[in-house]
Amino acid sequence: MSEDQSLTFFSRCLRSRSFMVGGLMTAFLLVCAAISLFWTPGSAYDITITNRFLPPSAAHWLGTDQFGRDIASMLMTGTQNSIVVAVVAVSIGLSIGVSLGLLAAAKRGWTEEIIMRLSDFSFAFPAILSAIMLTAILGPGGVNSILAIGLYNIPVFARLTRGTANSIWTREFVMAARASGKGRFRITFEHVLPNILSIIIVQATILFAIAILAEAALSYLGLGTQPPEPSWGRMLNEAQTLMFLDPMQAVYPGLAIAIAVFGLNLLGDGLRDVLDPRLSRKR
Amino acid sequence: MTTESHPVPVLEVHDLVRHYRLPRESLFAEPGHVYALNGVTFEIQKGKSFGIVGESGCGKSTLARNVMALEDTDSGSVKILGKEVIGLSFDQLRPLRRHFQMVFQDPYGSLDPHHNVGRIVAEPLAALGAISKAERESRVSTVLQSVGLKPQDVSKYPHEFSGGQRQRIAIARALITHPELIVADEPVSALDVSVQAQVLNLLKDLQDEFGVTYMFISHDLAVVEYLCDEVAVMYLGEIVEKGQTADLFSTPAHPYTRILLDAVPKPGSGRKRERIKLEGNVTGQTERRMGCAFQDRCPMAKDICHKVKPPLNSVGEAHLAACHFSDEVMQKAKSATL
Amino acid sequence: MSLLNINNLSVILETNKGPARAVRNLSFRLEKGETLGIVGESGCGKSMAALALMGLLPERSKTEGQIKLDGQNLLEKDDQEMCQIRGNRLAMIFQEPMTSLNPVHTVGNQIMEPLRLHRNMSESDAKVETLRLLDRVGIPNPQARFDNYPHQLSGGQRQRVMIAIALSCQPDVLIADEPTTALDVTIQDQILDLIQTLVREEGMSLILISHDLGVISENTDNILVMYGGAAVETGKTEQIFDELIHPYTQGLFAAMPKLGRAKNRRLVTIPGTVPDLISMPMGCTFTDRCPLATEVCQNTPPPVVEVKSKHFVACHHLDEARDRKTEELFS
Repeated sequence: MSEDQSLTFFSRCLRSRSFMVGGLMTAFLLVCAAISLFWTPGSAYDITITNRFLPPSAAHWLGTDQFGRDIASMLMTGTQNSIVVAVVAVSIGLSIGVSLGLLAAAKRGWTEEIIMRLSDFSFAFPAILSAIMLTAILGPGGVNSILAIGLYNIPVFARLTRGTANSIWTREFVMAARASGKGRFRITFEHVLPNILSIIIVQATILFAIAILAEAALSYLGLGTQPPEPSWGRMLNEAQTLMFLDPMQAVYPGLAIAIAVFGLNLLGDGLRDVLDPRLSRKR
Repeated sequence: MTTESHPVPVLEVHDLVRHYRLPRESLFAEPGHVYALNGVTFEIQKGKSFGIVGESGCGKSTLARNVMALEDTDSGSVKILGKEVIGLSFDQLRPLRRHFQMVFQDPYGSLDPHHNVGRIVAEPLAALGAISKAERESRVSTVLQSVGLKPQDVSKYPHEFSGGQRQRIAIARALITHPELIVADEPVSALDVSVQAQVLNLLKDLQDEFGVTYMFISHDLAVVEYLCDEVAVMYLGEIVEKGQTADLFSTPAHPYTRILLDAVPKPGSGRKRERIKLEGNVTGQTERRMGCAFQDRCPMAKDICHKVKPPLNSVGEAHLAACHFSDEVMQKAKSATL
Repeated sequence: MSLLNINNLSVILETNKGPARAVRNLSFRLEKGETLGIVGESGCGKSMAALALMGLLPERSKTEGQIKLDGQNLLEKDDQEMCQIRGNRLAMIFQEPMTSLNPVHTVGNQIMEPLRLHRNMSESDAKVETLRLLDRVGIPNPQARFDNYPHQLSGGQRQRVMIAIALSCQPDVLIADEPTTALDVTIQDQILDLIQTLVREEGMSLILISHDLGVISENTDNILVMYGGAAVETGKTEQIFDELIHPYTQGLFAAMPKLGRAKNRRLVTIPGTVPDLISMPMGCTFTDRCPLATEVCQNTPPPVVEVKSKHFVACHHLDEARDRKTEELFS
């Protein structure tokens, strides 16, 4: 066995630079969102036209927008929004996708065919297009964008789960479990799932980033979170027309999105190193 | 059952057939088949070890999986303690599973890395239905001791053990339900020589202690000779020779057995060892034809071998061989030993 | 002067748990045309020694000592020079022919590559030579096999292709690391036979590495027995099987089930398991499993004694090891 396995989980975490950096960036966002629940430096909702386009100051850390709202507060509150959308959307994809993938791997045959062909079918549509289509049908709004992103995540998880689960099903310890009289259901939960969990966690982390990006994109198009709820995507949209007047208004939400996506991707990479040292060796 | 003069064999396999379908090469082509088992028949009496030898592709692992009812069988019968297992559903089989267990080849692949030893070893107890935690723990620690591990090892994980110790864990798992039959598929071939000897001795000791019956699959004839009372030699999904180990190894009646025995390198024998060499590889798993399974590679093959399939005939006491010229082969073996 | 002269070779692997001495102070010679068998269990350092010879050790490793090929120390060569030597003078075949062949190239191309690279042949010459080599290693119908991919060949045939590649540049030394372990006995027989014939006819030297005493016994002039990275016993093959001296060699031989032995005799076992390279004693590597071990074994490396002409044993308790029968030694 690889000697890396003998190291404790904690010391492997410390050794992985991408895990540490990604983790810190993600933690920063989480802290911002948590604080914004009960305190923000200014108000993210109050429209005070007289305060429009204020430069950064002690009262308004990053200045104000064209309606006089505090940008720092909007960013912080927007973090909440992004995180909620990402968590719920990924959870939808995770729970349904992983279940379908495990089912396909356990049953094989026609069940597997149907599940996989369905997920192939949904892969044929570009993600953002199908999200737009869905919100066009259901109407714009936060909940619907969550649903759209979540639906897109289902086949991603289903495919990954089914592929990795299939490889576990061919292992001898699964054969041994079957020889012990364990049914497919028990084997799935006792042997297959624990052995593919680390891969799913890594994938989930990376899909968090994609979900945040997708939410921003939908809001930018006006299909996601509706005003007055602050959202990074809509802040970008609103700043677009003011590019020459106040370019920093576009830079801040852009930076926030970049930090979230970059941090989560790093965290995902780091988690892979930490959870499955054998995979990272080869890179 | 006790009043019968012939006790029920632990395992009876009758005319077992298993053909795998190959994926179609093109949409309109007939799918091909791998003829893995073509009618295998044998039985094992209680407390005996039955060896199955053959090269890769001869169907010995398929046989193991079919005996263990781990995959569907095309036709034939497998009776364990007189009870038919072919055709039973997975749920119907579960209560029977305690009677037959399996040990696998790869001590690294056959233990779930995420489970600790206690959980791994206790796994077959699932087939027994509900038993108390105390009972489970006591059985685990007893069985660990009987394979030479410490009861404290229950909380360790597989990666903390060496290959030989892992194989002991796998044997403990197979033993925990006190099965009558253990099917062992190449259980020592992944181990180092010095460790292999320990495991072989352990298997022997366990047989003496618990009276367990082994169906022992191996490519290593010396290992089979050491452990087994009876041997069957397989080629292309058929048993070509079967008999008591001593008879079969001293006077083989099938040319394939003879060649296999000769091919084993013998330490200390030096370079000048006389032997018949076998040309070519195992071929023909995907075709069915007339005549003897071994015809392509047999040095003695004559016309009749290509036309008539030799039946598995008796050539001695409890000694069967499927060869048109088995007398000749045995004669040679006898004259060589004189 | 010997063709190959290994002097005090040590290989140290850097692991997360600390340095592991995979090979310790190994010395041997190989003459032209000689066949040497290296025998030992997993982790005994036999493969590492072979990789050190080829200059193919993993990145985090260190070598000490000398490997002299015709008087030149290979350990002082840079990568470029080693590349030349690997192709032209030393060649190696591995255990698993499927993973050592590239699945996306035809076998013909894989044999042609070294011919064009090292022997500067033209495309057409290389093809002719490739077909000759395929024929030489006993592959029927080379013309048809030339365009096959590795997965279309059987295990034995793939190993034949590997041998053809190894032969392509007419090496002086062929190193075969467990060449038949993955093969069936009948195929093993064919491949070993082929290697023997080629070595004899091409006048190569052979280092045959195996865990199987039978394979080694039937195919070599001399034997080197390794345990825990160190050589414990060396000598002429016949001599060694005549009288096994080192407790490890005795135990290894006795532990092997042998055809034609009485079924009811128990196998002799060596207690314990193959040791971890990191926590090896300073002295004799076999100390922890040896029935004769005393304190001196733990701390002092054993002296290498020539018990008979060219039969060397490294053991502190030589006389005792010679006097005792194997069965009582390990009972």
